[in-house]
Amino acid sequence: MQTLTIDDELTIFTAAEQKQNLLAFLNSADDLEVNLAKVEEMDTAGLQLLILIKREAAQTDKKLRFVMHSKVVLDILELANLTTAFGDQVILAHNEG
Amino acid sequence: MSFDEEMREALQTFTIESLELLQDMEDCLLSLEDDEDPSERVNAIFRAAHTIKGSSGLFGLDHIVSFTHVVESVLDALRDGKIGISSELVAALLPCCDHIALLIRNVVDGQLEADPAMSEAGRTLLDELQQFLQPVSVLDKAVTVNEKQDVLEASGGGTMDSGNWHLSLRFGPDSLRDGMDPLSFIRYLSTLGSIAQLTTISESMPIADQMDPETCYLGFEINFKSTASKEEIEGVFEFVRENSTIRILPMDSEIDEFISLIKELPEDDSFLGQLLVKSGALTRRELEEALNLQGEGDAEEGSQSAKLKQPIGEILVEQQVVQQPIVSAALDKQKQIKDNKARENQSIRVDAERLDILIDLIGELVISSAGVNIRALEARETGLQEASSEMMRLVEEVRDSALQLRMVPIGTTFSRFQRVVRDVSKELGKDIELIISGGDTEVDKSVVEKIGDPLMHLVRNSMDHGIETADLRSQRGKPVRGSLRLNAYHASGSIVIEVSDDGGGLNRDRILEKAIERGLVQPNAVLSDQDVYALIFEPGFSTAQQVSNLSGRGVGMDVVKRNVTALRGRIEVESQIGIGTTMRIHLPLTLAIIDGFMVGVGKSTFVIPLDQILECVALPDDTGEREYVDLRGEVLPLIRLRPLFDINCEPPRRENIVVVEYAGNKAGFIVDRLLGEFQTVIKPLSKLFVHIKGVAGSTILGSGKVALILDVPTLMEFVSSKNTLVPPSLSQHSS
Repeated sequence: MQTLTIDDELTIFTAAEQKQNLLAFLNSADDLEVNLAKVEEMDTAGLQLLILIKREAAQTDKKLRFVMHSKVVLDILELANLTTAFGDQVILAHNEG
Repeated sequence: MSFDEEMREALQTFTIESLELLQDMEDCLLSLEDDEDPSERVNAIFRAAHTIKGSSGLFGLDHIVSFTHVVESVLDALRDGKIGISSELVAALLPCCDHIALLIRNVVDGQLEADPAMSEAGRTLLDELQQFLQPVSVLDKAVTVNEKQDVLEASGGGTMDSGNWHLSLRFGPDSLRDGMDPLSFIRYLSTLGSIAQLTTISESMPIADQMDPETCYLGFEINFKSTASKEEIEGVFEFVRENSTIRILPMDSEIDEFISLIKELPEDDSFLGQLLVKSGALTRRELEEALNLQGEGDAEEGSQSAKLKQPIGEILVEQQVVQQPIVSAALDKQKQIKDNKARENQSIRVDAERLDILIDLIGELVISSAGVNIRALEARETGLQEASSEMMRLVEEVRDSALQLRMVPIGTTFSRFQRVVRDVSKELGKDIELIISGGDTEVDKSVVEKIGDPLMHLVRNSMDHGIETADLRSQRGKPVRGSLRLNAYHASGSIVIEVSDDGGGLNRDRILEKAIERGLVQPNAVLSDQDVYALIFEPGFSTAQQVSNLSGRGVGMDVVKRNVTALRGRIEVESQIGIGTTMRIHLPLTLAIIDGFMVGVGKSTFVIPLDQILECVALPDDTGEREYVDLRGEVLPLIRLRPLFDINCEPPRRENIVVVEYAGNKAGFIVDRLLGEFQTVIKPLSKLFVHIKGVAGSTILGSGKVALILDVPTLMEFVSSKNTLVPPSLSQHSS
């Protein structure tokens, strides 16, 4: 199993770079894990990328999980109501500052 | 420019504009009570608050949004006539403006989050405001922040709460690139109510290879619960409306409207239909029937239930009708934007520093064109002289219009005093009305900036000492309400600002008594009224029997005088016992350029400000070394520039006296030659020379020589103190 840790922000500024990064990672194996613990900033562009990579994985029958969501990521997924749709295990830690 | 910098710039623009809006708000609030038809002002105040809230939302400044929201609700109620205008309300709203301004200033200082002390202060203010609101809506508004968190919990937990609005949002492809983050709009939306159900639509996103990570492909279907009106919800998306599809339907809309919504959006019809069923807008049966109807077309029209009988065209028309309020709101908005654009075209914001540079350059131009003119006259060539005089004329025009650029009406400075008068009269327990006239009078921006403080002192002083208490006023047969008047007008190249009150007037005898007691005047001195009144500007002088925290400590009036003098202005007092006092400040229109009179001593040239010169006379031959002459029966003290500036050369056969006047005193400068009037640009002396007294600045002559501008008041002080304070190093600098 391969793990990719995203240690940059997931925003419009990094979107182009992260897209390459994520797609390259997607092609590297069949069982994948993306660690989101270090994502300190995220916006709609970042959300789109997560949706895209999830969809691509599903289309190519690969397993891709997002793990260790940071608070920022969780907030966005909750706002977009996608936590359930993504189906990843999340640790609810809402009250963390 | 990086995006970060752009953001910072946008934030800066936001703060500047917000502070301006707050100023407008304050002005409108202050004039609310006096206005016959306040609806226009109420609208203006509401719009200002709304704009601040909207832009704060864009920057994610949630604490400002939530505070402003309550203020806005109160204003909304005011606008709808649910609550009336009262001075209590105005009194409650004014500190709120201040608070918002404080929050925004904190943002400027980099504090983007709420700070506990400020929130506490804000809450106190809001509590005061809330008594004006209906108790129900208060509760509603006050908990918006908490609500938002509830929503997040709720949607995560899968419970469903049905809202009263259905929102279909499809953000424009360029939204992200334009810095409009759709999610932040949704966050902002959640401050207006609660999001009961939200579905993210990502169907329009192409396959990975074709997907541009900077293009927005997302849409949202939202079931929203809020007491906000359609316009308010629409307002959330104001900044993205142009390129995005935003549909807002009330949940109790006709089925047809939902159907046409489904048709209108780019996604698959049945998919959207499912969504609406899920959010409770439609039942499954209604959806199927509607979709069937459209599929089968007009043919089966008759057989369908009456409710769904309309052809699709009509449904659309109906939707159009339903959207009427939105359409007109949008039109209004567009018109407003257009108006704003037009106004933008009429005025542009220019950095004051750039203007200063321009004025500086034009000053140089004036000087060098004077040089050209001199050469042209020397050349005795008619063609050249004509061309040069035409150029001089144009340069003068350019200079005048450049100076015009810096002119601002003094009204904005005056209107700041509305608030001061209001607050201070409350503090003093007096009823005082401020009357402003001549607010259109224009004056150089730098003068306006510097006159605020002296005016503040004068206004406070008049209110505190000038205007009597209501009891005393009625005893004296005056109207109980005192009035304070601020007036401005142009008079012979200077601006005159008057602060007058209808109070008790200055007590000449008491001022004189006090002055004698302090040794400022001799007990047997005979002084004119003017001279006596001028004593109040002496340092440490106060006749107030009671020292209040506003004025009366004897500091202030001398500072006023110093400030006014520093602006090359003067101040005079007119007063009548029992009727009132007028303080009149004369100021030059601009600080950069003066009308000067050129004089020559030896090889050096000096400039004396023309407005301080009374006349020029020849020095009588029999003066000798005396330090005074008899000028038509008056003793005129003399100041010899030659020794003062250490000029060593033989005096000419005849010398001249330039008689100058400052603050009622006269003196005569002895010079060699009178060179005539000269309009000149003041160049401040460099820091190296700041300790040199007697010289106000320098200017460059057409010939390229430097001429010193004499500081008449200081030179006259030298005479009265009989000291030659000018250090020997102060000899003429010429280039």
